[in-house]
Amino acid sequence: MNHDSYDNAYISGILNSVKTIAIVGASANDVRPSFFVTKYLIDKGFTVFPINPGQAGKDLLGRPVYARLADVPEPIDMVDIFRASSAVLPIVDEALALRPLPKVIWMQLTVRHDEAAAKAEAAGVKVVMNRCPKIEYGRLSGEIGWNGVNSGVISSKKPTMRQGFQSFGIRQK
Amino acid sequence: MSQRTPGFNTLAVHAGAKPDPATGARATPIYQTTAYVFDDVDHAASLFGLKAFGNIYTRIMNPTQAVLEERLAALEGGTAALATSSGHGAQLLIFHTILRPGENFIAARKLYGGSINQFGHAFKNFGWEVRWADVADPSSFEKQIDDKTRGIFIESLANPGGEFVDIEAIGNVARKHGLPLIVDNTLASPYLLRPFEHGADIVVHSLTKFIGGHGNSMGGAIVDGGTFDWSKSGNYPMLSEPRPEYGGVVLHETFGNFAFAIACRVLGLRDFGPAISPFNAFLILTGLETLPLRMQRHSDNALKVAEWLSGNDKIAWVSYPGLPTDKNHALQKKYSPLGAGSVFTFGLKGGYDAGVKLVEGVELFSHLANLGDTKSLIIHPASTTHRQLSDEQKIAAGAGPDVVRISVGIENFEDIIADLEQALSGA
Repeated sequence: MNHDSYDNAYISGILNSVKTIAIVGASANDVRPSFFVTKYLIDKGFTVFPINPGQAGKDLLGRPVYARLADVPEPIDMVDIFRASSAVLPIVDEALALRPLPKVIWMQLTVRHDEAAAKAEAAGVKVVMNRCPKIEYGRLSGEIGWNGVNSGVISSKKPTMRQGFQSFGIRQK
Repeated sequence: MSQRTPGFNTLAVHAGAKPDPATGARATPIYQTTAYVFDDVDHAASLFGLKAFGNIYTRIMNPTQAVLEERLAALEGGTAALATSSGHGAQLLIFHTILRPGENFIAARKLYGGSINQFGHAFKNFGWEVRWADVADPSSFEKQIDDKTRGIFIESLANPGGEFVDIEAIGNVARKHGLPLIVDNTLASPYLLRPFEHGADIVVHSLTKFIGGHGNSMGGAIVDGGTFDWSKSGNYPMLSEPRPEYGGVVLHETFGNFAFAIACRVLGLRDFGPAISPFNAFLILTGLETLPLRMQRHSDNALKVAEWLSGNDKIAWVSYPGLPTDKNHALQKKYSPLGAGSVFTFGLKGGYDAGVKLVEGVELFSHLANLGDTKSLIIHPASTTHRQLSDEQKIAAGAGPDVVRISVGIENFEDIIADLEQALSGA
């Protein structure tokens, strides 16, 4: 797997298949990027489990916060890691100890750990590194173009509309 | 598992546009609206807090404008773009994002006259200092850099002389000193030259010229290359520090490699207001679809006209990099191999008076202060665009008394030459 560039089909396949996402490092501070992403993914219909030991037991955007991945009482499809690259390996170990196994381990923009990625892939888990699921969702749905950002996608197909104004989804191939 | 990257011509027609999901309309609609309905208070809060992508108010963004922006970003090879009411508006937003009072930037001495005025006079009132340098000598940029310098500004193809600039040489100076290189790519357009491929960090455009291409709409744009690290030095607090305008959001950390375009929009455009009208965005977008065809014809015609002028006995000199004998020809071959563009200058043996007679004697050419129209245009800079400059500044800017600038259109080149021939007979 080449982790320097991902095909759109790989990313859209992931975002269209996962339903539950644990966000490790989700912040309760509403100007932090991890808060932005948590809010966006909830708005897009994902079931999000914020993971943050300092906030465990509290509510974040109406979702209960857990201290550790192992505390989440439901199967986790995707683990999104909002921590420095140096902190990634033990989090990936925790994720790989989950049963059922998560389908995807995702590391945020600037976060990359090739050894941890190889370990996850050896266990059959898909890996995305140095990307943001909010940006990728916005890019592949076309929403990000509303803010002048280059989505890198051209298509003559009908955009997929979600409920409400100004909300696109990612088209199923 | 490999994904095709569309070519330039395909991007010029398609990038950023999609069929309207409600009606199937294939052309991008003109969203002539000032505002956009929110689903609920939470949706509104997400938009105002930059937590959701979308539209709030046309002073900040508009869906027609957005298609134009994404297309420009795709054509330049950038991460994002912001369209504005004019190129001047775009420059204001760029420098507002990188400069505080007392800080400075280094700019090429040979620039569009309007930029010389904006940088040298209007910016002074903000406490922003411009320091002029010579693109032929990159060390003239380097020598003037100090701890208050925040950027370097050049044109890729310099106005009014139509000379290609060694972008990589200036880019090396910028990189060495941790400064963003801002390149005005108006005269070349991304069809001929893409500054990000040569070390630029930000590209600025007057869309009024070749991008729109038909001389009917004002517009400007900022394109973010996504290459500059705005947090490293601490010198760009608009991007690297918590912004009180948005409750403490740090734009670079939140928006990564398109943070500059977002900062220009949400801190500059929002508060200064030089927004492009949706109708102008539509017209420019329509023009942009044929940019590759037009730019090639402009360049091919200009070369033929330059060759003809070179052989005319009333002409003292022709400065067109497409001519193999031109001193700028090697740089043209390196940076713009498809052609040398449409705009160039030549000198009349008869000086100032001959220049005035020529611009008043043309019938097909239009005597006006613009360039990059489908129509051939002519101007005598010393008596018009560069009139406010001192004689010394005029010569330094390549706009001496004998200089005539033309922007060669896409008409039959035989007709363009015939018009110059008849007008020169009286000059």
